Amino acid sequence: MIRVMYAVLLLLAVLVLNFSLMHLAPGDVADTISQSMGGADQEVLDQIRADYGLDQPFIVQLGRYIGGVLQADLGFSFFYNQPVTKLILERLPATLLLVITSQVLALFLGVLLGVISARKPNGISSHLVTFLALFGYSAPVFWTGILLLIGFSLQFQWFPVAGMRDVTISGGFWVHFWDVTRHLVLPTITLSSIFLALYSRLSRATMMEVLGSDYVRTAKAKGLTERQVVYKHALKNSLSPVITLAGLQLSAVVSGAVLVETVFSWPGLGTLAFQSIIARDTPTILGILFFSALVVIVGNLLTDLALRLVDPRMRERA
Amino acid sequence: MKHFIKGLVASAALSAVVVGGQAAAEEPVRGGTLVTVIGTNVRNLNSSVQSGIATGYPGSQLFASPLRYDEDWTPQPYLAESWEVSEDGLTVTLNLVKNAKFHDGVPITSKDVAFSVEVIKENHPFKSMFAPVSSVDTPDDHTAVLNLSKPHPALMLAMSGQLMSIIPQHVYGDVPIKEVKTHPRNNENPVGSGPFKLVEYKSGEHIILERFDDFFIEGRPYLDKVVMRIITDPAARAIAYENGELHMGAFESLPRIINRLKKVDGLSVTPEGYGAIGPLDWLAMNTQSGPLKDVRVRKAIAYAIDKNFIQKALMLGTSEDSRTGIHPDSPFYSADVEAYDVDLDKANALLDEAGFPMDGDKRFSLTIDFGWPGVKPQVEYVKAALKKVGIDVSVRASADFPTWAKRMGQMDFDMSWDTVFNWGDPVIGVHRTYVSDNIGKGVWSNTQGYSNARVDELLDMAARENDPEKRKAMYGEFQQIIADELPVYHTNTLPYHTVYSDKVGNPPLGIWGTSTPIDMTYLKK
Repeated sequence: MIRVMYAVLLLLAVLVLNFSLMHLAPGDVADTISQSMGGADQEVLDQIRADYGLDQPFIVQLGRYIGGVLQADLGFSFFYNQPVTKLILERLPATLLLVITSQVLALFLGVLLGVISARKPNGISSHLVTFLALFGYSAPVFWTGILLLIGFSLQFQWFPVAGMRDVTISGGFWVHFWDVTRHLVLPTITLSSIFLALYSRLSRATMMEVLGSDYVRTAKAKGLTERQVVYKHALKNSLSPVITLAGLQLSAVVSGAVLVETVFSWPGLGTLAFQSIIARDTPTILGILFFSALVVIVGNLLTDLALRLVDPRMRERA
Repeated sequence: MKHFIKGLVASAALSAVVVGGQAAAEEPVRGGTLVTVIGTNVRNLNSSVQSGIATGYPGSQLFASPLRYDEDWTPQPYLAESWEVSEDGLTVTLNLVKNAKFHDGVPITSKDVAFSVEVIKENHPFKSMFAPVSSVDTPDDHTAVLNLSKPHPALMLAMSGQLMSIIPQHVYGDVPIKEVKTHPRNNENPVGSGPFKLVEYKSGEHIILERFDDFFIEGRPYLDKVVMRIITDPAARAIAYENGELHMGAFESLPRIINRLKKVDGLSVTPEGYGAIGPLDWLAMNTQSGPLKDVRVRKAIAYAIDKNFIQKALMLGTSEDSRTGIHPDSPFYSADVEAYDVDLDKANALLDEAGFPMDGDKRFSLTIDFGWPGVKPQVEYVKAALKKVGIDVSVRASADFPTWAKRMGQMDFDMSWDTVFNWGDPVIGVHRTYVSDNIGKGVWSNTQGYSNARVDELLDMAARENDPEKRKAMYGEFQQIIADELPVYHTNTLPYHTVYSDKVGNPPLGIWGTSTPIDMTYLKK
């Protein structure tokens, strides 16, 4: 209960802080609306500011906003002319799809590569994995993204360039499923490339540690095959740190999605966040932060549950 | 050379279309889905309350306007089958087509025209378009008479699709006029009057339109569907043109991408058709700040900057020379002004004469601003160029557009790179930069603090002169004065280009870019 209260307080603090920060920045949404219209007369700008209450003192604006949030109203987007909640809920599924698939891919591949290289720490494959992982980690995502686009959308026209679906095709569920999958491939690879390195390095280290432990030696002495020992006994025990890290990375995935979504025109929260910041659309940005915070909280909860699944000691403690 | 010839052939083909009309070109065919692209997010689909090119494209398909324009700036009948300007210029009578319907089947009447004018007057950002319209009479369902408080030639261009859309009173009249700009049906279930109706608008993703079968022009539009994908990243758009995912897109302005796409087989890339949008790049100078108060200093700056370098090296030959605040494609443009070809001796002499002698290698310091990353090269070039004549320029970056807009609006700057659009008639997009009663009123007002009584007088006269020749002479004199007094040093056009595949017939290459009905565009079989 106390944890929930802390979470609510934290959420409010995040909103107040960000509202103040947004307010400190020079210029406001009237300027960006005027930009989108190719200029506007002063009279119109004043009208826009009055319409959205931007002419009110800071404290009044803040009070109104927080008052709305407490009544579960995230406000009305200045720039998009839509309720923020509607705007975000429209975009949330796309981001979740991208973030979850890339996280799953990164986890799966990362652990697999980590284990492979842990078994022969000085082998060729181990060095190759390290190289690949570090390359993915250090290359900027927009660069990786554009490079993948040039390679696999332009040279080999295997994957579409942008967006999440091809609106010109028609067909049943599976046609659309296939279509979205095709659109998902490049952004997923791009986004997971950052996390692949972390997971593979971490699982390599923990796996090596576990492989040296007594019970593994016992299992080997029992006459189990190498494969059984590694994937059945050792893997489970080396997973906890990786899962903890994955939970912590959730927020980073949301922020990483901003760049990837922008490069691939993925219609998710990332593009919306990016454009709203540029547009000074305070209610939308705060709404996105609010939802991201929720995602992180839920993600941490899921991490806890997953840890219990792989590590019985966690179950006892609770 | 190859591209030059390709360009020649393309322009010859184009003029054939213009001269011979559609008969000379191949016969348009019905059907198909045209996939196009919009490069920015669309705030509002209702173009009677939102200006800008992002709205202009879908807006002109959803809503019809009284007039439309051909490549020669000649108004053509559209929702108004004919029109008449009275002798004294104080009334404009529109005779509407009789069979026009809104997308919900209700006939379009003069009442809707009167309503739309009122909505635009109250909500549209460009007040100058309809300010002189004092009232609209509706003697019968198909006649609308616009009563003007003074002659207002700019009204003609203001009645085209980008700037005026006819919206149904029975749908949008249920809220006070001022609140139409936030009407829920602007983006959801809008009821339009144009060639296409809305199927779906997903913000940040796409706009899908389909043919309106009861459109008032028989047999049109040719296309069954128009998809407008929203792709904000220019590099991703370029790849999508190249691999055939997009049939057409407009307003591409990055020189490198334009030049790359020009080399792609099956694609045409053309700067044709942006005269009325009229996008201009320029160096704005705050005529009320420090050394820039002296016109000789402003002239010296112009002589020290090599326009040719900007056009050839920075814009890679994609943009045109422009010498005044009026776009070179406009009938009112006059190139007969000082061109400020680079001349460092002259620049140095002018600065000496203005009382800023060289002290070591420096005369004085100035700052230069820019509002978006794309023009940083220009700004860096200005800094380097002015160093040669002893002006020490420091570049002030802005975190983003609103930061810059605030500085400009408050005239808190010395020099700034800027891009401003003409928006059709000079009254709408040109006057605002130079008239003295619009000083310091937000971004893209007269942020230069420029004031000249003769300019005010000329622009006021030109705004109410219905005779095109006399009007042209007034704008000619105006352009000479501003080129001489340099509140703004005009360097080049913003290189907007339209990209379209060979499959597209009749792409919109009039004066409004894609902010025009594409009912004549078709997909070749």
